[in-house]
Amino acid sequence: MSSEHPPVGDRFRRFRDRLDGGLSGQPAGQTDAGVTSTPGRRGGRRRGGGEELRVPEAEFTSYYGRPVLKPPVWDWAIAAYLFSGGLAAGSSLLAAGGQLTGRPALRRAGRVTALAAVAASTGFLIEDLGRPARFHHMLRVAKLTSPMSVGTWILAAFGPAAGVAAVAEAASLLPERGLPGLARRALPPIGQAAGLAAAATAPALATYTAVLLSDTAVPSWHEAYRELPFLFAGSALASGAAVGLIGAPPEQAAPARRMAVAGAALELAAAHRTETRLGLLSEPYRSGRPGRLMSAARALTLAGTAGALVGRRSRVVSAISGAALLAASLATRFGVFHAGVASSRDARYTVVPQRERLERRRQAAAGTGD
Amino acid sequence: MLPDPNSLAGPLDPAPEAGWSEAPPRMGFFTDTSVCIGCKACEVACKEWNDVPASGLDLLGMSYDNTGALTANSWRHVAFIEQPRPAGHRTPPFAGNPTDGTTSPSSAAVGATTANPVGTEPGVPPGSPEAAARMAAGPEFLGMPGAQPPGRATGPESRSDFRWLMMSDVCKHCTHAACLDVCPTGSLFRTEFGTVVVQEDICNGCGYCISACPYGVIDRRKDDGRAWKCTLCYDRIGVGKTPACAQACPTESIQYGPLEELRERAAARVATLHERGVPEARLYGHDPADGVGGDGAFFLLLDEPEVYGLPPDPVVTTRDLPKMWKRAGLAALAVAAAAVAAFVGGSS
Repeated sequence: MSSEHPPVGDRFRRFRDRLDGGLSGQPAGQTDAGVTSTPGRRGGRRRGGGEELRVPEAEFTSYYGRPVLKPPVWDWAIAAYLFSGGLAAGSSLLAAGGQLTGRPALRRAGRVTALAAVAASTGFLIEDLGRPARFHHMLRVAKLTSPMSVGTWILAAFGPAAGVAAVAEAASLLPERGLPGLARRALPPIGQAAGLAAAATAPALATYTAVLLSDTAVPSWHEAYRELPFLFAGSALASGAAVGLIGAPPEQAAPARRMAVAGAALELAAAHRTETRLGLLSEPYRSGRPGRLMSAARALTLAGTAGALVGRRSRVVSAISGAALLAASLATRFGVFHAGVASSRDARYTVVPQRERLERRRQAAAGTGD
Repeated sequence: MLPDPNSLAGPLDPAPEAGWSEAPPRMGFFTDTSVCIGCKACEVACKEWNDVPASGLDLLGMSYDNTGALTANSWRHVAFIEQPRPAGHRTPPFAGNPTDGTTSPSSAAVGATTANPVGTEPGVPPGSPEAAARMAAGPEFLGMPGAQPPGRATGPESRSDFRWLMMSDVCKHCTHAACLDVCPTGSLFRTEFGTVVVQEDICNGCGYCISACPYGVIDRRKDDGRAWKCTLCYDRIGVGKTPACAQACPTESIQYGPLEELRERAAARVATLHERGVPEARLYGHDPADGVGGDGAFFLLLDEPEVYGLPPDPVVTTRDLPKMWKRAGLAALAVAAAAVAAFVGGSS
């Protein structure tokens, strides 16, 4: 630690230099705005067009402007896991549907994607640990109060089932005689059972991640607990449907198209509610990088769904639409992730809603006291 | 056995709830900031006793606070706030003199943009320059001294009424501890004294506790990847000793004892201060009916909590967990229904 620490007084010297340099680090007038702002002024509206301006701040007191909360230590791997977990769930549902309705292309694409996605998910989750070698400590306990523990057990059920189902797809590659021949005959039924088991777990896998985020002190995640499960559910359905659009010929892909429409509708509606219904805490979903990601997700979802419906006879258009839906799901997850992180980095999102809550409680108490 | 209806939120005695039979009385801290002198003996004693790694040495431009925040490498943190107003309980020495800030809001703004690399993540992240400038320039807050420490300039016109708020912050050892609730390995546990402790041989550094803490207390060390925080000196109190910080505190600003007794003592102290003309004295974290079921470490403050960097109305996130699982269950049903409908409906 000491090796990476700068020499004593280094930060003060930089600090002094920046003061002498007339606040070169910031646009002129920015701090003035903070200083001269009058009590009662409320922020919330973005000015200007495309370029993001800092939203004028709601009045609040802070300790040297520092955040109250510790921002999440999770990095891109967790945002990527939100996507890959949803993709695994969506594609295993697609595979089960294909299996039960006799659409082998959907089944094969779904099973293979589910295995790849769940393997990637496990990798992301372990990579993000401070002590990756201790990942198995997650299996010491099962706790309903810890969505991460619940998720561990959901993954522990889903992963092997998805794995067996995907391996069963290789049965047709085995020789017909001898021991491999036995496996060739035994694998498909085992795969059927495993595929159904994975699909039974999939809805939980697709939605628990919303609770994982909401069950934190991160203001914009916690307050979105009503919307996030549906947002993630829609995103998972749409990404699963995308696998069908890419991996199956158009004549087998009709269910995937319907799944894409359902997922997109759910995702768009839930995203809209998240971006508008949380008051001040919706702001991080609309501004800065998360805002751009959420807008991109909306555009890609609309384009992908429209393409899937219009290009229903074209394999190429279907595949491009599928890719758009996958990109939309990815953008949604990163948007939600970064919006929460942004809300925890600014004391305003912690202090202002809590102050308002206290004020409401005070008024309610005064009202009943009369 | 049915779980306590208050097991996720509301008044509760945490140790029996966690399964301890014949638990000793709940122990805690009462930190009376009205007698804190900002000596930081608590920070040093804590580091010494608990072998907490050094967190580097640098100047943050936050008055005499160069620790910045509670981190994995600082389990006590003394906050310093400078305010241009008389310290209520005595005659204002400079009554009638100007009370506007001698400090520069621009220096506060620059100061807030610096992070403090203390060897932990997220550690002491940068803050918002506008908020810091407002703290320094507002009608109430001097904020930080900038290039000139207060009192450096001479002449009566430069003098102003001034009070220095100091507060030794620490893990709150909540009745409903979100960090403990969300820990997926069982590394965090409830002790027989009702405190919350990390088992460093179990923690795998998943970081969930860090996002869950409503006070921004727990933090992860970069070099060893595990989460660390105040243990309320579990090793000392187990053998009847006082925690290191309270033992070292020269003014008894930090008081250690059975929580019931501390709450009585705190109520009496507030009454005394009100009598002596300090109407702004108030308790923080003492109320078992608050959002976290009351803190095991609570405080007497002389201003609003957010002035000290504390959340004004913290709520344990798991209070809403049953509702969250219900919403997730509904969403899961919607997923299943959509998948079935996609394959059953239509034949195009």
